Amino acid sequence: MNGKTMRRVYMDNHATTEVDPRVVEAMLPCFSETYGNSGSRNHAFGWEAEALVDEARERVAKVIGAKAKEIIFTSGATESDNLALKGVVEFYKEKGNHIITATTEHKAILDTCKALERKGLATVTYLPVDAFGLIDLDALRSSITDETILISIMHANNEIGTIQPLHEIGKIAKERGVLFHTDATQGAGKIPVDVEAMGIDLLSMSAHKIYGPKGVGALYVRARNPRVRLTPQLDGGGQERGFRSGTLNVPGIVGLGKAMQVAGEVMEGENERLLRLRERLRQGIMGKLDEVFLNGHPMQRLPGNLNISFAFVEGESLLMGLKDIAVSSGSACTSATLEPSYVLKALGIGDELAHTSIRFGLGRFNTEEEVDYVAERVVHEVNRLREMSPLYEMAREGIDLKTFNWARE
Amino acid sequence: MAYSDKVLDHYENPRNVGSFAKDEPGVGTGIVGAPECGDVMKLQLKISDEGVIEDAKFKTFGCGSAIASSSYVTELIKGKSVEDAYAIKNTQIVEELNLPPVKIHCSVLAEDAIKAAIGDWKGKKGNEADSEKKAV
Repeated sequence: MNGKTMRRVYMDNHATTEVDPRVVEAMLPCFSETYGNSGSRNHAFGWEAEALVDEARERVAKVIGAKAKEIIFTSGATESDNLALKGVVEFYKEKGNHIITATTEHKAILDTCKALERKGLATVTYLPVDAFGLIDLDALRSSITDETILISIMHANNEIGTIQPLHEIGKIAKERGVLFHTDATQGAGKIPVDVEAMGIDLLSMSAHKIYGPKGVGALYVRARNPRVRLTPQLDGGGQERGFRSGTLNVPGIVGLGKAMQVAGEVMEGENERLLRLRERLRQGIMGKLDEVFLNGHPMQRLPGNLNISFAFVEGESLLMGLKDIAVSSGSACTSATLEPSYVLKALGIGDELAHTSIRFGLGRFNTEEEVDYVAERVVHEVNRLREMSPLYEMAREGIDLKTFNWARE
Repeated sequence: MAYSDKVLDHYENPRNVGSFAKDEPGVGTGIVGAPECGDVMKLQLKISDEGVIEDAKFKTFGCGSAIASSSYVTELIKGKSVEDAYAIKNTQIVEELNLPPVKIHCSVLAEDAIKAAIGDWKGKKGNEADSEKKAV
């Protein structure tokens, strides 16, 4: 290996994160010492495992302002989202069948909604968002009908990091007697969330976005005011108060618990540091290039999130040039559907700019040195690719790319 | 997705990047694709009076495979007659660069660019002939 390829930088912390060594350490004994089934009630192996699960439940609950018994462990946020939406729709079908969500939600919400619509079990309103990715609270209010049983709005967006006003949404939901679910996959354990203060009835979360292991998550289900009921989507041994059958993933749950405990302890300082790094990266890139645009909200966003469109440079080609740097793109070429990011589209960003977007996800283990290196590499590659770009040349010649007569396929 | 070595080589060392002046005699310019589709190729050919492609330059906005396809085309096409160049098929580009199915459209675009550039050159030549006739 030469010096150029030896260096690797991971800056895709919205996709997943490195497991914190403290989490690994907490999990390890679960494989070879406390490997019992937490459901075994008649021997010490079971009791030990159960004690670990109880501890993890306390730790998760504490960070989101919940009670331990309101935490249901799942295989991850996708399962939590499915259980919340399908479980509510099925249980409350006598009450109504209308769900309100937003166009920028994760596919785990959108595709679950579509599946419910397809089966004729629910009607769904997809709220539009403004240019920063925020929903309009008046539009939310006016979409609530007598049939509305659930509002599902994400905490923070996975692509652009925009943080929705959960307090206000929770208040509206309470006023109208509608349940409020939030997909907090990118929020819980990263930024403050309090289910009591925010009036949240259901909350999905994941371990691997917050330096925990993959394959484990949780769903918070409010127990009082109101007591939220769900029809289980997995039948079996009746674990997790009957909401989610299946032997508990004790190592994963312990990992989630530890990850949340650490998150609760370091959150404030970590977010200050991430914000400083994010702004350093933003200035290091945007201060040195023209025709670059920030996607998402300038302030109301995850501290570690930076999403930038580099006009005239296609996203996948830029990723290719940054091959030792892990970031992601909203370009069509990186998606299975060959469509550019639906989130950027929902913001009103044209396809031509969506194709040029890059998401930087800063995390706990990124350093200032890495930020400087990434900024330098990005600037260099963008300049190189612009020299190769017919669009950059045309724009500099004063040709209006919007009105040019393109030979469309 | 892993890129083939040839795609990587063309991406890292693109051949014949640049532009000729569009109004230069013997230059045909083809611009294909559209920004909102994520691919735009500009291929320029310098063609002799005898109809031989003497030089080629490209600029591409697109993924690595699109850049590689257009870069490869500039190499492939030099020295060819206009007729031979017009007959180049996208499958030739696919084979050379080992493009996966999801990147076939990049090769199609490169083929379109060749045809557009030759078409532009023919059009220009026709106009020149017309204006010469008018001058006489």
